[in-house]
Amino acid sequence: MIFDNLPALLVVLPLLGAPLCLLLSRGRPAWLAATLVSWLVLAISIALLWQVRAGGELHYAFGDWAPPWGIDYVVDRLAAYVLLIVAAIAAVVLPYSWRSVRRELPTRLHGIFYTLLLLCLAGLLGIVITGDAFNLFVLLEISSLSTYALISLGRDRRALTAAYQYLIMGTIGATFYIIGVGLLYMLTGTLNMADMAARMAAMEGSNTLHTAFAFIVVGLALKLAMFPLHLWLPNAYAFAPSVVTAFLAATATKVALYAMIRFIYNVFGPAFTFGEMHVQLLVLPLAAAGVFVGSVVAVFQHGLKRMLAYSSVAQIGYMLLGIGAMSVTGLTAALLHLFNHALMKGALFLAVGALVYRLGGSRLQDIAGIARDMPWTMAAFVIGGLSLIGVPGTVGFISKWYLILAALENGWWPVVVLVLVTSLVAVVYIWRVVETAYFGVRPADAAPVREAPLALLVPTWLLVAANLYFGIATGLTVGLAGDIAAGLGAGLGAGGGAP
Amino acid sequence: MDWIGQYNYVVVFFLMMTGFYVVVARGNLIKKIVGLNIFQNSVFLLYISMGKVAGGTAPIVVAGEVVYSNPLPHVLILTAIVVGVATTALGLALAVRIKEAYGTVEEDEIHAQDDDW
Repeated sequence: MIFDNLPALLVVLPLLGAPLCLLLSRGRPAWLAATLVSWLVLAISIALLWQVRAGGELHYAFGDWAPPWGIDYVVDRLAAYVLLIVAAIAAVVLPYSWRSVRRELPTRLHGIFYTLLLLCLAGLLGIVITGDAFNLFVLLEISSLSTYALISLGRDRRALTAAYQYLIMGTIGATFYIIGVGLLYMLTGTLNMADMAARMAAMEGSNTLHTAFAFIVVGLALKLAMFPLHLWLPNAYAFAPSVVTAFLAATATKVALYAMIRFIYNVFGPAFTFGEMHVQLLVLPLAAAGVFVGSVVAVFQHGLKRMLAYSSVAQIGYMLLGIGAMSVTGLTAALLHLFNHALMKGALFLAVGALVYRLGGSRLQDIAGIARDMPWTMAAFVIGGLSLIGVPGTVGFISKWYLILAALENGWWPVVVLVLVTSLVAVVYIWRVVETAYFGVRPADAAPVREAPLALLVPTWLLVAANLYFGIATGLTVGLAGDIAAGLGAGLGAGGGAP
Repeated sequence: MDWIGQYNYVVVFFLMMTGFYVVVARGNLIKKIVGLNIFQNSVFLLYISMGKVAGGTAPIVVAGEVVYSNPLPHVLILTAIVVGVATTALGLALAVRIKEAYGTVEEDEIHAQDDDW
């Protein structure tokens, strides 16, 4: 009974938890409620993945309205895989949030903070699970609006301008997306993604279809911060409260990328996307530019959060390179990096959050010589950094390995060189932090600091451990991502085509 | 079809580009929100236009009428309007907070105050 309703509960639980947090209003009960909800959601997403592990699809028709008339929630392996990432990050970040939020936010805002975080979680999970194009827009806006508000809670006044900038760009992106969905509805008369895909086959060469595709891809590219539409991202990540940065960096852009993969492979189909629209001609150069620019700019940042934010722009570029490779291996690499990047950026931003907790800031000059006082925090940062670089034994290595394999399959030597060179650039910016923290000298007049409390260290090290575990035991991630990619890219052929 | 027949769509895309231009080109935070509203409203018109069935009446059961406009786009846009209102409210609230923090709502003056971006 309750088992049949799991897909709905996944979204409904956080959606109901949000007003509950607002009613509880005081920090600790709201935090407990939010944490409980996030753990339940994680349990549900594991149960869902378990049910579809062999490759089936779960459908949930809302209000018993059969699709394509009603809203259909669809769980296949791809959806379950991304749900697991989002839910796992939420379940790790929420226990961490109590201490960090208490330090960074005034008490009166605590209840609202957890309300917004749960709303954001509900929106993100909904985007992944819904099979209805317009429902996706509504959930996208639920998560986006709560994200804007969460970013504006940052202590620095620049958080306000960052939130405003994100609001403008995010709304343009979402509006582009509904323009595209509107045009598709005009053409096909349906909003259900599967139904849309079935009816689109007969519409080859339609100008409306081309326009709709362009609007949807550009709209989603804005939300996933594809270079050069990433301008909102660095400031939003840099000035949001630490918990929010960690949560968003690990989930929000990934979910937008998931929506893009859904539209490319399940709605429009790879033949149309790559064969008729030649998206790879646009995505590949931009992804390569994003990887390069993001990595280089990261080297010149003075704040740890901004540095990692620019690095995120580069990492999104890697995922897009994987999609642009138009092969099963490329798609596998993109999906792997989606999972792995969530783990490494989650760990890194949580470590930075622990630094902010003790030091009040995360500029490079603040952390000089801090490794002696906060060894565990800095060790977590170093392992996360190694994973970001792609050192063997960490998850970063796995996804870069598959990305290079995909590039080699297509004979794209410049891409291989790009991935290797930008990994070296990552060494540079991670090393700057390590050098400052381990070999720098703490100013004599600086206040003494202690190691971050266990409530912060345990979640951080959980993600660090995941970085190492999935870097060595690759069976789950590589197997799953490979199966999903093989299922989605059935029409692609193993080698893909030359651009 | 001649362009008169697509009059609605001409207006929609004119408004869409006007709004988009205002959002991109204006430095005043309030004017940006106004532009964003024009941009979003053009999309509402797009949906409503596509729901119109030539010669159809309102989608209400009336004796003797058999041709109705498609009600689904109306319902969708009702949702989108709510989202638009929420976005506008949040954007304006942020503009108020920015005005309190910086004393201005002009983008270049705000950037001048935070030069270490």
